[in-house]
Amino acid sequence: MSTATLSGTQPLTLTRKPTPKDGGWGSPVIYFISLAIIAVCLGPVLYVIMGGFRDNSQINNNPAALPNPFQFNQYAEVLKTGRFWRMAWNSTFIALITVVCVVVFGVCVAFVLARYKFRLRNGMYLLFAAGLMFPMTMAITPLYIMMTRIPGMAGTPWSVILPQVGFGLPQTVIILTPFLAAIPLEIEEAATVDGCSRLGFFTRMVIPLAVPGVITVAILTFVGSWNGYMLPLYMFSDQSQYTLPLGVAVFSSQYSSDTARILAYTSMSMIPALIFFSLFEKRIVGGLTGAVKG
Amino acid sequence: MGGGAKVPPPTARRAHKPGTSGWRANLEIGLLSGPAIIIFLTFVIAPVFVALYYSFYNWQGWGPARPDQYVGWGNYTWTLTNKFFWQAVGHNGFIMVVGLIMQGPLAVLVALLLNQKMRGRSLIRVLVFVPYVISEAIAGIGLRLMLRDDGAMNALLGTKISWLANPKIAIWTLMCILAWKYLGFAIILMLAGLQGIPEELSEAGAVDGATYWQIQWHIMLPLLKPTIKIWAFLSIIGSMQLFDLVYIIWGQYIAGIAGVSTMAWFMAGEGRLSGELGRGSAIAIIVFMISLFVAVVYQRFVLNRDTEGALTEPAKKAR
Repeated sequence: MSTATLSGTQPLTLTRKPTPKDGGWGSPVIYFISLAIIAVCLGPVLYVIMGGFRDNSQINNNPAALPNPFQFNQYAEVLKTGRFWRMAWNSTFIALITVVCVVVFGVCVAFVLARYKFRLRNGMYLLFAAGLMFPMTMAITPLYIMMTRIPGMAGTPWSVILPQVGFGLPQTVIILTPFLAAIPLEIEEAATVDGCSRLGFFTRMVIPLAVPGVITVAILTFVGSWNGYMLPLYMFSDQSQYTLPLGVAVFSSQYSSDTARILAYTSMSMIPALIFFSLFEKRIVGGLTGAVKG
Repeated sequence: MGGGAKVPPPTARRAHKPGTSGWRANLEIGLLSGPAIIIFLTFVIAPVFVALYYSFYNWQGWGPARPDQYVGWGNYTWTLTNKFFWQAVGHNGFIMVVGLIMQGPLAVLVALLLNQKMRGRSLIRVLVFVPYVISEAIAGIGLRLMLRDDGAMNALLGTKISWLANPKIAIWTLMCILAWKYLGFAIILMLAGLQGIPEELSEAGAVDGATYWQIQWHIMLPLLKPTIKIWAFLSIIGSMQLFDLVYIIWGQYIAGIAGVSTMAWFMAGEGRLSGELGRGSAIAIIVFMISLFVAVVYQRFVLNRDTEGALTEPAKKAR
């Protein structure tokens, strides 16, 4: 196994011809530094996960030790409460609807920008490009005001979903437009010759060809929504609407003395994101790479 | 069968050639881009104007803003003469500059190291990225418990340091937390940039007798510049909006005393969380102007050449 095969599993690597040098292990210094970096990166995560397996007396006696013996009570109790599942469902629902809306609307706009020629096209592209400069943090107070003014909107999941869709669109459009523009003109012409309308071309050719880009965008949007804290904090006052980050934060201040349970709660809400990430790691990393290369 | 069910006559075929836009093309453009543009304008652009309107009222959110609640520039002068606001602005500036200095060179260095031939590189890349994927709020809860005076960090090091409460230390704790959270992202970007550099260049350098570090310094680093600039831009925007971690770890009241308050934290505390929505809107506008100013200055003087291509090229490529 040479490193050529290893790098073959990474997205966007230039294809490298294996040279005799490639087979080596490299200098031990690199491994040492890598290990140190990984230890720092994973330390807090492991502390949280391991802490969930200890009870409060263990934690109070020695805050930094490993579980001895392992206690499964905390995790079991978190999983038994309806509160946890309620929040997990809220987070999932909001993230999924956000992703669907961002992808559907984003692909449509990107298709228009990439495949139609019209007077306002450059203006439209710049509008979305400028959207990248609008951080959501700054818009959050007026968004809250707007939501309280729209009847039947305040405190519902939609008051979080719609702003997330709005703020998710610029990144989606900027990533997908070059993607769709790169589909060769010849394919479109061939489709036309075969009697396919432009919308038919869109549904039958563009959407299948855009799938890799769409997956990247979808994952970025999903993780962003899943991790969101400030928007739910502003929008939700009713506990039954809380998403995981907000709910766990509230829980941790309500039961601040019950460290073990907080840690169990925290790791239970961390683990879905970690599993999701490990499943789609290549897509996320590859997507960021693509986004930067613009 | 969708829109392609009817076979268009030969003339229609030519009608949708690039460059022509009949009523049908216009209808398609409208239908496809309409929903996105409406949502974007409503939830991204309109809030700026909503904030602008309410920023002139002493308004707590009940009913419409009444004429007797009009305070003119009152909310703005209140904010701009508030010393806690300027403290927060100072912290944001500090976080921005120190964040760049701390994370930039470190990320480049690690990326250069990881760019060498070694085993398990893709695994390392995944693990380095883990902190970035975890929610700020969730990570913040864990870190807060870890860094307590009687927490795991002090137990591990055998020290008795107030990582969070001591105003002299807290801001550096925050800087380390930010580095922990976002360094992985920076490393991934730099690695991506490095992998875009053709290997022939460093090989040519090696043939000419350059040492490993000479190659990195004289060949790789200059070619990595565009990536570094874009990372720095993202990092600057991020430090302007910093809220979740500070609010979770230090809370609504302590962050100011510990010397880690940020503009967004000030905005949330004085606006929504104390029910002063008019004032919150004014702070939002001020913070927005500051961020926009910083972003535009950066775009104008640093990013200029690189984004020009990035932002206009796809549009040009599209017909």
